[in-house]
Amino acid sequence: MTARFDLWWLPRAVVLGLIAFIIFGPLTNLVLWTVAEKWYFPHMLPLEYGFSFWQRVFSSRGNAMSSLATSILIASLTVLVSLVLAIPAGYALSRLKLPFRGLILLAFLIPQAFPNLPVYVNIARFFYEIGLNGTITGVVLVHVTHGLVYAVWIATAAFAAVDVDLEEAARSIGAGPMRAFRDVTLPLAAPGLLASAIFVFLESLDEFTGSYFVGAPDVNTLPLLLYTAGAGGNYQIASITALLLLVPSIGFMLVVERFLRADVLSKVGH
Amino acid sequence: MPKRLLALLLVLPALAMILLFFIVPLAASIIGAFEVGDRFGLDNFAKSFDLYSSDMIFTLVIVAISTALIGIIAIAIGGYLTLGENPRAVAVLRWLYRWPMFIPFIVVGQVMRTFLAKNGLMNNVLISLGILTPLQTTGFLDWRGIVIAFVWKQTPFVTLLLAGAMASLDRSTIEAARNLGASRMRILIEIVLPQVAGTLLVGLILSFVTMMSVLSVPLMINAQSPTMLTADIAFRINAHGDYGVANALGMISLLLTAGVALIYLRHSVKERS
Repeated sequence: MTARFDLWWLPRAVVLGLIAFIIFGPLTNLVLWTVAEKWYFPHMLPLEYGFSFWQRVFSSRGNAMSSLATSILIASLTVLVSLVLAIPAGYALSRLKLPFRGLILLAFLIPQAFPNLPVYVNIARFFYEIGLNGTITGVVLVHVTHGLVYAVWIATAAFAAVDVDLEEAARSIGAGPMRAFRDVTLPLAAPGLLASAIFVFLESLDEFTGSYFVGAPDVNTLPLLLYTAGAGGNYQIASITALLLLVPSIGFMLVVERFLRADVLSKVGH
Repeated sequence: MPKRLLALLLVLPALAMILLFFIVPLAASIIGAFEVGDRFGLDNFAKSFDLYSSDMIFTLVIVAISTALIGIIAIAIGGYLTLGENPRAVAVLRWLYRWPMFIPFIVVGQVMRTFLAKNGLMNNVLISLGILTPLQTTGFLDWRGIVIAFVWKQTPFVTLLLAGAMASLDRSTIEAARNLGASRMRILIEIVLPQVAGTLLVGLILSFVTMMSVLSVPLMINAQSPTMLTADIAFRINAHGDYGVANALGMISLLLTAGVALIYLRHSVKERS
């Protein structure tokens, strides 16, 4: 029995090692580029390491800090607007009688279910006419539209996972509908709403195409900075920017299950 | 106030956003595709096919190959996670596979551009392992690079959906087949896969649509001809301010996707009813 066990670990280790290389190889390459001072063919590893590019990115003259601030501002505003829209919508979709409920839920999926490039091109043209092109407001509106499917679907699932009896109990001892919602339902749905907020925040932080057409060159977010640095052949700056975007994404991947409990997850899209 | 009206009022602001900032511009793009100066016509489409017909085929082939590869790898990983007999190997694989899931496409583009280049880490490792000599190396920054980037980024998402569906299957049929001596491969293909085909389809279609609309990856990995339609649309706007052809190209990619999206909508409406 033990002999067979040992033998099987050989192919297993080879396959798992290969998968690990496929997944972490590119990421390692990115990290190496952020600290490579000198690196050229055919050397497998950089010839000199250092943080001079980090200094340049984070210096007061560098535009990474202002891009980071712009990105965080846009993402925060996007979360705020999305939640203001999604909390009432999610409550109505989960608790109240709505005609065409299934179709309404599907409508929020539309921005994800069609190629959005032609849409962004025409939004940019329309925003240009009304003076919204190249403004934070314009970019936030585009990001909210794209992220609403997460906000509304997860909010709907979060409210659906809260026991109706609790709200009715509060009502029966004299709480008004607003009070029952604020003191009972909303706090119980909070973990799910937080998860949807994180989803929307990341979606906004990472969004490139819409920002490229609606925001650039006046509103410079991190993905736009990454794109221009990479297009200019400055791989160190591009890699450092990429790493800044990577950290929250991977952090979220590692904790997502703690926020989205199975009872909420199983109700998403229903 | 009647309850139905209240419910509608609560949903309305969110729906209005979708209408105003997605459906209206989408309609504008479709109308714009037929606009030639002051009149309507098919000139934009004629020009699109004239200039970009090879890119249309290129786009469809790349996305189709990527979707097929994503499906095969997701089935393999999901199958092992469900039927694997060694708990430690299953745990390692479960921890490994999902890393790229939330990494934005723009970062994937940058990562792959450096990793797959002629002097990237992939070739350098192959050289130092003695598998390649420096003269034999080639960069993968063409259609292969786009496919690798798409598969790398989208496989975890499809696998997550698929493995979830597989985990919630009734184990008794699997155990029964195993007791009768069926191989794991056979159990996967004949028992597990037919039951999760719907989930697989949804995951693949969502991936297909996503890949059709990604701009950053083709721009960063392979911007020279032939390239993907998204890069052509951006080029038409930025270099020529040519909204007519850009909208026509947009509509062609919409039509390519619409067929696939229809399958999805029918499937999810059926599930819902």
